[in-house]
Amino acid sequence: MSGAARFTPGARVRVRDDWPERRGPCHIRTPHYIRGRTGTVVRPLGAFANPEDLAFARPAPARTLYHVLFEQGPIWHEGRPGDTVMVEVFEHWLEPAEGGA
Amino acid sequence: MAAPPRPESLALLDRLVAALEAKGIVTEAEIAERQANTDKASPETGARMVARAWTDPAYRALLLSDGAAAAEAMGVSMAGAPPLGVLENTPTRHHLVVCTLCSCYPRAVLGYPPGWYKSFAYRARAVREPRAVLAEWGLMLPDSVEVRVVDSTADYRWMVLPMRPAGTEGWDEARLASIVTRDALVGVAVPKAG
Repeated sequence: MSGAARFTPGARVRVRDDWPERRGPCHIRTPHYIRGRTGTVVRPLGAFANPEDLAFARPAPARTLYHVLFEQGPIWHEGRPGDTVMVEVFEHWLEPAEGGA
Repeated sequence: MAAPPRPESLALLDRLVAALEAKGIVTEAEIAERQANTDKASPETGARMVARAWTDPAYRALLLSDGAAAAEAMGVSMAGAPPLGVLENTPTRHHLVVCTLCSCYPRAVLGYPPGWYKSFAYRARAVREPRAVLAEWGLMLPDSVEVRVVDSTADYRWMVLPMRPAGTEGWDEARLASIVTRDALVGVAVPKAG
């Protein structure tokens, strides 16, 4: 089972630039538009059974889920600076961002 | 209107429910209770929670820290429902809720989602050009307000706590609740006094 949350509020994190859907059948709750993007952890939301396993009736270990905040500008290259998007992301999709706190 | 269920579908449903009961996973009574709760849920529940938060600081604190507990405090059964998070709008931040992956929606406190919430157009556009979407709903936000899109992608469900509008001083909870619309509870609108 999942232990303590790896990332704390304010941590800079990068979403893995991974595309499992290109390798075969899968169920992913990480939207395409944040893959490879860097954001800031708002807070851990608790641990939940990994939906990527649940969807295929496999044993689903609990994984820490985070609210992660992203600037809209770098994602879409449009919009008003300072507008943001906040997304629920599971811990195994996150890695420390280089130079991040 | 939906077509009536086919007899073979009903027979399959009966066998499934019997198997679930036999395995001790769920009882027919629990299914009926959940169905009743789902049908009973409506945006009026969320509106009552907002109105109470506007008038009761202790309840507001509970709502923002644990939305499910705040719903239970209003008599809503949250058993089996996903956790509920509440997003506080402020003079400098406006939240807009969308589920880009499917149609996750805080059904326990808002009922069934409207058709537009599930549409490809809303799901694609709300996350990419939220200000344009809001403008089409008639909501123009000044540049001093950050628009924070909340993409409901996983195990939580999200509801917006809008700001109490000016001109509602002295209103009681019921009157306040009457101006909190379904649309305001996901952030495509804001409550107005008149």
